Amino acid sequence: MTPRAIFPNKFLPYLLLAPQLAITAIFFYWPASQALYQSMLREDPFGLSTQFVGLANFRHVLNDPNYLHSFQVTIVFSVATALLAMVPALFLAVMADKVVRGRGIYRTLLIWPYAIAPAIAGMLWLFLFNPSIGSIAVMLRSLGVYWDPLLNGPQAVILVVAAAAWKQISYNFLFFVAGLQAIPKSLVEAAAIDGAGETKRFWTIIFPLLAPTTFFLLVINTVYAFFDTFGIIHAVTGGGPGKATETLVYKVYNDGFVNLLLGESAAQSVILMVIVVALTAVQFRYVERRVHYG
Amino acid sequence: MATVDLKNIRKIYPGGFEAVKKVNLAIRDGALCVLVGPSGCGKSTLLRMIAGLESITEGEIAIDGRMVNELGPAERDIAMVFQNYALYPHMSVYDNMAYGLRNRRMPKPEIDKRVREVAATLELDHLLTRRPRELSGGQRQRVAMGRAIVRNPKLFLFDEPLSNLDAKLRGQMRVEIKNLQRSLGVTSVYVTHDQLEAMTLADVLVVMNAGNVEQIGAPLDIYEKPATLFVASFIGAPPMNLLPLRHGEGRAALADGTEIGGSGLSLSGEATTLGIRPENLFLVTNNDEIGGNAIFEIVIRAIEPVGAESFIYGDVGKTRLVVRVAGKTAMEPGAKIHVGAKVADLHVFDDAGIRI
Amino acid sequence: MIDNRPSRRIIAHATLLVGVFIVAFPIYYTFVASTHSLQTILRPPLPLIPGDRFLENYATALFGGIGQIGGVSVGRLLWNSTVVAVLIAVGKILISIISAYAVVFFRFPLRMTFFWLIFITLMLPVEVRILPTYKVMVDFGLIDTYAGLTLPLMASATATLLFRQFFMTIPGELLEAARVDGAGPWRFFWDILLPLSKTNIAALFVIQFIYGWTQYLWPLLVTNRNDMGTIVIALRKMISFADADTQWHLVMVTCILAILPPILVVVFMQRWFVRGLVETEK
Repeated sequence: MTPRAIFPNKFLPYLLLAPQLAITAIFFYWPASQALYQSMLREDPFGLSTQFVGLANFRHVLNDPNYLHSFQVTIVFSVATALLAMVPALFLAVMADKVVRGRGIYRTLLIWPYAIAPAIAGMLWLFLFNPSIGSIAVMLRSLGVYWDPLLNGPQAVILVVAAAAWKQISYNFLFFVAGLQAIPKSLVEAAAIDGAGETKRFWTIIFPLLAPTTFFLLVINTVYAFFDTFGIIHAVTGGGPGKATETLVYKVYNDGFVNLLLGESAAQSVILMVIVVALTAVQFRYVERRVHYG
Repeated sequence: MATVDLKNIRKIYPGGFEAVKKVNLAIRDGALCVLVGPSGCGKSTLLRMIAGLESITEGEIAIDGRMVNELGPAERDIAMVFQNYALYPHMSVYDNMAYGLRNRRMPKPEIDKRVREVAATLELDHLLTRRPRELSGGQRQRVAMGRAIVRNPKLFLFDEPLSNLDAKLRGQMRVEIKNLQRSLGVTSVYVTHDQLEAMTLADVLVVMNAGNVEQIGAPLDIYEKPATLFVASFIGAPPMNLLPLRHGEGRAALADGTEIGGSGLSLSGEATTLGIRPENLFLVTNNDEIGGNAIFEIVIRAIEPVGAESFIYGDVGKTRLVVRVAGKTAMEPGAKIHVGAKVADLHVFDDAGIRI
Repeated sequence: MIDNRPSRRIIAHATLLVGVFIVAFPIYYTFVASTHSLQTILRPPLPLIPGDRFLENYATALFGGIGQIGGVSVGRLLWNSTVVAVLIAVGKILISIISAYAVVFFRFPLRMTFFWLIFITLMLPVEVRILPTYKVMVDFGLIDTYAGLTLPLMASATATLLFRQFFMTIPGELLEAARVDGAGPWRFFWDILLPLSKTNIAALFVIQFIYGWTQYLWPLLVTNRNDMGTIVIALRKMISFADADTQWHLVMVTCILAILPPILVVVFMQRWFVRGLVETEK
């Protein structure tokens, strides 16, 4: 009935909010609106004249086979990374949940990669797998596998996905462990008394109850694969070979800073923003549901 | 030491909800005034307005003759004990008690002296270095009291301070609060929804309902002469039996037509409800006792023996009635008995719920 | 424990050990490489055990006299990364804790509007607005400055949301008790809110420190001068697989030096970090 206890000051709260609002306005809203504005302009390569072209940039971008290809790459890349990062993490978390002694040590040993920059993760993997001095590449070659991720597109994708997923396993592991701990032991025990075997218990009790965590991680991993992996791609393949690993974010960067196609890069930024806003909305609905159902 | 005067106090929340409607109240110096009522009746809002934690929509509040409407809580020279104690979880008991004094820039030795004195009276001296989470419920309650006392304010405010304690501890603390308040002589306003707590603590009892003050008075006066139907039903446990009366002239009868026996009962035409406390009803065994009494024939439905007394639940006509009798009783459910009450013990209310 | 058969436990331990191996191997192997000579590295496969050049390689990388990466010492790069990570972490915590304080403990016109303005930034990473943000940097003359490296990354709602969530669990009576005790908004903030937020602040510090340390795209864009680069960026510039002159043993040492500080922070502040992470993302 009574509203939350508060201080009666009228001016102070604005002062407290000012820094964050200023930073948000200058580095977020202003650039975002600029991106929107620029996405409707076409600039000649020398920056001498600009002209308003409406949605032409969007039309151009969405009809550009390179962009659609990049879209495809991003989706394959995201799905593969999310799966490869989540499935082993869940498996490890389930195993860690069974272990009585040493759980803390396993956790410590498994969380390292979280602290590693994606770009460095990429370099570590490239060091192992690059055709000239990579030890594993050399072994593969001695086994008769033709291996060169710097020339072979699919192999480049595999390498980048592996590095991206490797780095993300620790994050997912932590959340799955927390999710598993939140499942009441009595439920699992009840299922055991009801005669459900271990595998059955996992699929009928644990996995469904873990669904909120899994869904949450799916969104987070998708966003991660979209954005944070820029460093891996830039450091490992540079979007190549060909355009095999050119994701949407990489293309925004490449078109904007390397090819200087400002209008098109801006249009791509806007499309990315829309995608992220959609993901945020999905995430938000999920958060809301979680509030309702505890 | 102070008087508290509330004049035409109203509180309307931004949403339009009127929590307190034109309340007038004068509390004399040194009195323990208890605001009692069901949840949502506005008693806590009123207390928080006195504290300065809630703005006043209309009216004036004066403490010790000084208008305090515009003063912040810290400037009103009050101390408050909260329902959940509101102890600072990261501070020791000592720091919790000293915090308010430090904010008032009292010299350190003086703070130390006061905290230790108060801690000694409350038997908290051995707990001074503990954190609130290391204390039992009763100890936390004491610290909250100590934090208020140490400030030596003009006015104590208590917001349901005992509602988080178990029944036994609540009884003990009640006595302790009463004694402390007496010995310190500080004017106090105490909010509770527990009528027993209200009755035992109050010098002045204020019964509130739906934002209105229903009655102000000494606890026993209110008990004996409830001014309204609401007060009659709220004060007393088990609550007063309320029997709807038949409208119109003639012999006194209940709404369902059941006649009221006995003699000496004459009701005015406005009377619509008859109230009888369970303890005012007695078993009628012979005809001698009919004179000056109202008599009801009831059918026993259930009996609750609680040791020193028993409660007989029965129906008079279609209305449920509770009778309190001393000791045990050999009666059985289904039996018909007669119960009576002295006419002087009857409470009669009109259509608007006002005592006649 | 329903199923306590030793075989199950052995399987679980074995699986976890395989997991640890996969997770740790690339890091371990990098460390191994950092202790071998350039010649050994160039003749793969590399041995699985550390070599004898540990001291030599690390001394060369750290105190080699001539700067290793575009004329900038590793020490300077580590310093840059530390400054950037600490500034981002501290800045973010500072601005978010006070804005969350305003949103939770005050009522004022446009409160929810402001909250939403901040909330919307939650999931829009700097990557989607790089070009215009870069322009803002140029206009403000913030290229090659610590401010340029950190300020745009402080505009994120995560920390504000975390603090807001935490503040809402603080009972209102605590604030009222403080007001009765004569504490104003600032005093309440310092004496009560800040001490109560200690754990949250620590957790957030770890998470944001890692976030700052591992930034890539933004530092890449906003620094031109090598001496303002972070170690992650510099490392990228060191590596060239086509170039036969790449000093691989030193690259590996730099790699280890670049991942060591955040790993130490995570491992040593594990308790707070894990709690904070799981709570932040709720």
